[in-house]
Amino acid sequence: MFTSDELRELYQEVILDHNKDPRNFGVLDPCTHHAEGFNPLCGDHLTITMNMEGEVIRDVRFHGDGCAISKATASLLTGEIKGKTQEEAERIIDAAQEAVTSSVTSDLSPLLGKLSVIAGVREFPARVKCATLAMHTVKNALHGEHAASTE
Amino acid sequence: MTSERIMDPVLLRAREDFPILTRTVYGKPLIYLDNAATTHKPQCVIDALSGYYATTNSNVHRGVHKLSQEATAAYEQARERVQRHLNAASEREIVFTRGTTEAVNLVAHSYGALAVRAGDEIILSGMEHHSNIVPWQMLCERSGAVVKVIPVTDAGELDMDAYASLLNERTKLVAVVAVSNALGTMNPVQEIVRMAHAVGARVLVDAAQAMPHMQVDVRAWDCDFLALSGHKVYAPTGIGVLYGKEELLNAMPPFMGGGDMIRSVSFEKSTYAQAPQKFEAGTPSIADAIALGVALEYVQGIGYERIAAHENALLQVATERMSSIDGIRIIGTAQHKSCVVSFVVDGVHPHDMGTYLDREGIAVRAGHHCVQPLMKRFGVAATTRMSCALTTTFDEVERCADAVASAVAFFRS
Repeated sequence: MFTSDELRELYQEVILDHNKDPRNFGVLDPCTHHAEGFNPLCGDHLTITMNMEGEVIRDVRFHGDGCAISKATASLLTGEIKGKTQEEAERIIDAAQEAVTSSVTSDLSPLLGKLSVIAGVREFPARVKCATLAMHTVKNALHGEHAASTE
Repeated sequence: MTSERIMDPVLLRAREDFPILTRTVYGKPLIYLDNAATTHKPQCVIDALSGYYATTNSNVHRGVHKLSQEATAAYEQARERVQRHLNAASEREIVFTRGTTEAVNLVAHSYGALAVRAGDEIILSGMEHHSNIVPWQMLCERSGAVVKVIPVTDAGELDMDAYASLLNERTKLVAVVAVSNALGTMNPVQEIVRMAHAVGARVLVDAAQAMPHMQVDVRAWDCDFLALSGHKVYAPTGIGVLYGKEELLNAMPPFMGGGDMIRSVSFEKSTYAQAPQKFEAGTPSIADAIALGVALEYVQGIGYERIAAHENALLQVATERMSSIDGIRIIGTAQHKSCVVSFVVDGVHPHDMGTYLDREGIAVRAGHHCVQPLMKRFGVAATTRMSCALTTTFDEVERCADAVASAVAFFRS
């Protein structure tokens, strides 16, 4: 069966690859920062653990069961923020949130790096929350708030 | 490959009664397999709604003018149609509600206040929809009663031996679903009621999913309460029914206070109307109730035997085709099932499956189906569910199975 162009736009090779083979998957124990994320619409659950040294994210992992969009976003996002300062990581998350909710590109978009492939999700409004779950959860971990929800 | 099976010509013709089935999504013909979430409406139901507003619209039970009399007559005729459909003993046993959820909440509040005390037990099943769990938990918080749960077997059936051992003299009420929304399992309602009555417990049946697939007969089941939603059986949203045995409804205190449910009101004391008006405070959903009556006549006109024969054949085709897909696991393999196939596939999350099928024009439900305890029982967070209607064709379920297979190939590639 032919797979439509719109589907290929959403599920780009990079996303399918990170879905099958997620990077930074696991749990850091012990860790300095952690948060849990929950999407009540689909029951998906995500745990972020990280170790920070001063302002710098030395290591970060995600764990949980989710769809391709949520897994690939978590995999790519954790990759992008590793080694960055808290402030840099938050600007990357802001850029990612903007990319999946708005078609207007701002000066934040160059910060996305490999994460730019998730922008296709904005054409699928029912799936935007799948992408933002990891963003909310990482932000909460950075802020020391331990629970996030997409609702 | 398409099936050699020929669809019942009466049902094939019935497709023409549903205008929405001619539309396309993303340029493809709509294949609607989300009927357990809500069903589409035949033209006669749509006409009943618009016809009411175009010719009769008026408030019920209070006007002396012609339109109000006609509206009242049509509304009460709808109640009689529901009564006949359910084989209730009297139209006084039929209370119109907004849906199954409101009907269950009505019983939890009103019968709960009448009969449920601290230490009493309420038995639910492990396959209940959240709407038949949460109202009872809220009642337990108010009353000090406790909830007990009938376990579900690996096939998705109720463990009837475990049920027997849960029943005792503290059991006040058993609330159980007739047909599971997520698994399709058809439960042995008559047996469940008989066993509950043997210990003096009352039974509420959630018949929301049973209504489109089987003849529901409250006197054959001998249930004390039964809840249903119009929109699951080709009627509009916003209308449902609580059936209750007359002596119970009359003994129960009102649920909501307001107009239409009173006999007299003074600031010192108000007295209440008899059932069913006692439970219908405020202006009801008149047009939707009338349309529900029309929808039930439509289904009776087609006939449940015909519907069941077709849906059983569809279920067989769907199950065979889906089972052959590599890595698929069908959740819910009960011996008696409605035409629902709920499944998970290794490496493909239900939401990705749902999005993929959507772009093929196929509407399914992906998620926890408001049965999170049941999902946990089967060790999954969510499933993809295809659910059929009397209009579903063999070709549609086969196209869905083909699309599921290509989605699996796509996500694994």
